[in-house]
Amino acid sequence: MSDNIIEVRDLVKDFDGFRAVNDVSFTVPARRIFSFLGPNGAGKTTSIKILTTMLHPTSGVVRVNGFDPVTQQNEVRHSFGIVFQDPSLDDELTAYENMEFHGVLYGMDKATRRARIKELLDFMELWDRKDNLVKEFSGGMKRRLEIARGLLHHPKILFMDEPTLGLDPQTRNHIWGYIRNLNKTEGITVFFTTHYIEEAEHVSDTVAIMDHGRIITHGSPDELKRQTGASSLEEAFLKLTGSAIREEEASSTDRARQRYHRMHH
Amino acid sequence: MKVIYILWLRQLKRYFRSKARLVGSLGQPLLFLVALGFGFGPIFQKAGGGNYIQFLAPGVVAMGILFTGIFTGVDIIWDRQFGFLKETLAAPVSRLQIMLGRTIGGATVATIQGIIVLLLTFAVGFRLDGMGFASIVPAVLLMFVIALLFTALGTAIASLLQDVQGFQLIMNFLVMPTFFLSGALFPLEGLPRVISDIASADPLTYGIDGLRGILTNSAHFNMYTDVLVSLIVMVVLVAIGSYLFTKIEI
Ligand SMILES: Nc1ncnc2c1ncn2[C@@H]1O[C@H](COP(=O)(O)OP(=O)(O)OP(=O)(O)O)[C@@H](O)[C@H]1O
Ligand SMILES: [Mg+2]
Repeated sequence: MSDNIIEVRDLVKDFDGFRAVNDVSFTVPARRIFSFLGPNGAGKTTSIKILTTMLHPTSGVVRVNGFDPVTQQNEVRHSFGIVFQDPSLDDELTAYENMEFHGVLYGMDKATRRARIKELLDFMELWDRKDNLVKEFSGGMKRRLEIARGLLHHPKILFMDEPTLGLDPQTRNHIWGYIRNLNKTEGITVFFTTHYIEEAEHVSDTVAIMDHGRIITHGSPDELKRQTGASSLEEAFLKLTGSAIREEEASSTDRARQRYHRMHH
Repeated sequence: MKVIYILWLRQLKRYFRSKARLVGSLGQPLLFLVALGFGFGPIFQKAGGGNYIQFLAPGVVAMGILFTGIFTGVDIIWDRQFGFLKETLAAPVSRLQIMLGRTIGGATVATIQGIIVLLLTFAVGFRLDGMGFASIVPAVLLMFVIALLFTALGTAIASLLQDVQGFQLIMNFLVMPTFFLSGALFPLEGLPRVISDIASADPLTYGIDGLRGILTNSAHFNMYTDVLVSLIVMVVLVAIGSYLFTKIEI
């Protein structure tokens, strides 16, 4: 087996005539931290959904931990954990119950499950609130719980779609410290997206930049900076993707309709 | 097994935590029982139908099960809306297990609802004829079959719907006709042909008739036919629901 834990070749995803992912190819080396950057609507979430068996690709070849997300869904699902971009907690359950549910779903034995739930809720400063219903939580608390849940079962690959969305800088640093440690000690491959480019620069081994459904470049943060003559990854990112705001650019009614559609899912 | 259990448990917790839903879904059967039971009682008696409460009670019990079953099945739409569905669908467990856990959980909830309604019917004068208290156990078992049937139906429909807008549609074009055309409110004897044909195609008809057979020894069809039909429809709907559920994309 090659040392690439994720391989994507010529991936295409169409939504009724609109091409959200357009002939994308990339690989992610095992045990590394890989960030997937790009402006709004670039196709990052769509790509992650395909990698994690939630959506079927229109065409292309995808391998996650050596398995095909279309035909070997179960093996793929055994290989990853995920923090979704959109909320995915059960509001009517308590924080603890959400964690417990996840642990059981992922087949963790009771002792490990209990110990790790305690550890993670402590770490996220949610232990005191563990028996509160999630609907009573603030936005930041919910986000922290989502991340804690994603970190519970130590998968081979951890997908995180804008995990730190809406969190303050202190919390973000704190959480990234934990994730990097997990990456080092357990060799967990981390695949994440973010709009905080300085965060990506700080933690990633490799960065891929996507725009309008295509990968426009990838490499280490230093390589991308050198390539564009920029002093920070954020500057490199802006040089590569331009400064047009995506929502305005996507002016056709068709795209607006699709966005509307997506919001209502 | 543990997966099915945790999903089952989740349905129960959600149900018992939402007091509004619990009380709200009892209101309708209770209203039917009191308003129709006492309202039509004298006419029914005069027409030679006997005690209307005795006739109506099994139908109202089934009504409680129908409503709660469909709604807990349709819950998937809300899980999709609030995002929790992703959490279950991304997990390394078969979708069949997820579907079964949810459906058995929802059906348990619906059966409990049915039992509560049954207790309420005793309060307004319903009495067990025939087997007496021995009929409670088979009645609850049949109630569970009916509950599974409609929870699976709710799951199947919800798997096809993208958002909650379709909800009203289900209510008006599925749940209400299923209830009103089932023989819950009127005897199946001497009906116009069309209504009688529709009633015999309505799975709830057999559920209710079976309950009547068990609780008051007054089935229109054969009680065993009723149970058999309910079982078969239930198995078919669970299979269809499972199939549609495995096809969901997020
Ligand atoms: N279910 C869907 N139906 C139709 N169009 C969709 C659907 N999901 C996504 N799209 C479209 O595909 C494109 C890519 O969306 P995607 O969510 O992958 O972007 P993203 O890179 O994750 O953006 P963001 O940074 O805003 O999260 C967008 O134009 C979006 O409107
Ligand atoms: Mg996204």
